[in-house]
Amino acid sequence: MSSSAPKLCVADVSMTFQTRSGAFRALAPVTLAIPQGRFVSLIGPSGCGKTTIFNIIAGLLEPTGGRVLIDGVDATGTIGRVGYMLQKDLLLPWRTVLDNVILGMEIQHVPLRAARERALPLLHRYGLAGFEYLHPNALSGGMRQRAALLRTLLFDTDVILLDEPFGALDAQTKLKMQEWLMQLWSDFNKTVLFVTHDVEEAIYLSDEVHVMATRPGRIIATIPVPLARPRIRGSVLTGEFLAIKERCLELLHLEGTASEQINEAA
Amino acid sequence: MAVQDTSPSVGAMERLDREQASVQSATPAAKPVRRLPVQKDWPAWALISAQIGILIGALSLWEIGARAGWIDAFFWSQPSAIAHTMAIFFASGDAWTDISFTFRSTIFGFLLGTTAGSLLGLSFWWSRNYAAIVQPYVICLESIPKLALAPLIILVFGIGLVSKVAVATALTLVVSTLTAYAGVKALDPDGEKLFYSLGASRLQVFRKLVVPFCLPWIISVLRVNIGLALTGAIVGEFIASQHGLGRAILYAGQTYDIALVWVAVLVLSTLAMVMYATVSWVEGMLRKGVRQ
Repeated sequence: MSSSAPKLCVADVSMTFQTRSGAFRALAPVTLAIPQGRFVSLIGPSGCGKTTIFNIIAGLLEPTGGRVLIDGVDATGTIGRVGYMLQKDLLLPWRTVLDNVILGMEIQHVPLRAARERALPLLHRYGLAGFEYLHPNALSGGMRQRAALLRTLLFDTDVILLDEPFGALDAQTKLKMQEWLMQLWSDFNKTVLFVTHDVEEAIYLSDEVHVMATRPGRIIATIPVPLARPRIRGSVLTGEFLAIKERCLELLHLEGTASEQINEAA
Repeated sequence: MAVQDTSPSVGAMERLDREQASVQSATPAAKPVRRLPVQKDWPAWALISAQIGILIGALSLWEIGARAGWIDAFFWSQPSAIAHTMAIFFASGDAWTDISFTFRSTIFGFLLGTTAGSLLGLSFWWSRNYAAIVQPYVICLESIPKLALAPLIILVFGIGLVSKVAVATALTLVVSTLTAYAGVKALDPDGEKLFYSLGASRLQVFRKLVVPFCLPWIISVLRVNIGLALTGAIVGEFIASQHGLGRAILYAGQTYDIALVWVAVLVLSTLAMVMYATVSWVEGMLRKGVRQ
């Protein structure tokens, strides 16, 4: 809760993969400090290391340099410290929606009955009422993402990482899911790190947007989003919003042409 | 008929085509009118009567042929003699002992081979190094015709039930191993990532992800394996045995009791069908269970 120590701190984390054609620098030292309860987005071209950062924060990948701190404590290379929602929903087809949602608690040895009792009201409140005992294949794309997100939330960590959760959804469902996510975020007071390709989505949802560049992956700009909350759809048309969007697009575009030149030179 | 009516002659058509092509005419050459071929389904009673009719017809021809001397009844026997032998086989012969012997060796071999094979296949998930080391041996085992090893297995395990179970196991084990391993290889690495991100242990990933994911694979070989196990048991009995339907067939053949050969084959087919149907039913139940 103290504002002095950030909830999540990525300190000079770098990553180099050894490939057959030599060392590949996926991440130049990257630093991020995110206070409790903030919603922060990462945007950038494909291959800029967004997913690599997530894997490192989630402890699934050991960085070649730097550390990950959660509440000021070293959490580098330890799993189960943050909730991580991958691009795919990864719902287990042999489990009901309810039993999928409690997977995290189950792995943490919460008794099944208690876990289900905790999850049921949430499924009801967050738009999955009537789907609890169905299997994932009976759900639409949006519903599946809801279930996957609730699974991440119910894992009960303060920090959650969302890797393009709405990337595969149609435009309308995506807007709905954004509102839904905002509701969830304000109800649960989680610290969220969000990856997306959609600049407007990033700005609309976030307190702060980090623009990344590729080869090696690094953060080239941090853009605060001072828009008031709760935000309404119409805010995407305000001058303030458009100015931020323009700035982001400009950075991405500059980065795009720069990397093209590098590619051509190489 | 209709085709011929609309096309006067092939030569004329060709000429017409060429002329049309040369003037770039928009009217296409007349095509023969074809309709989707539609088959009319017979009613069920007609199909069943046809099936039964063929059976009765074949049996009658066989019987008549044998009596009239067209077919050598010494080599081919005849339905009436087979029916008579069947009655004796069940009334005073070793029918039930033989059936039970073959049934037991098949079932034990099936269960042992399927269980051990599936566990072996699943075990490859635990270590990539171990899988890489053991895999060539499994593939070698697959390429060996297991039945060729049967005489050796009989020598080692004796002429009792155990050796038949061993042959049946040898046939089923490798299929199950490879199928379960195929399941393991099809596992989505992101699924494992999800589990580990939730702080899961290796054992938890195995129990809650790997095993349920591979179950459909394991279930899919049950029907194949029951057939293989039966083959193994019969071959084992052919080589050396005191009981079993395979031994009955071999013994009857060696003593030119052709009617008894047919009886044993018929009983064996019935046993195979019953086991196959049972396993299919179990498979269906398991599938339903897995889906839930």
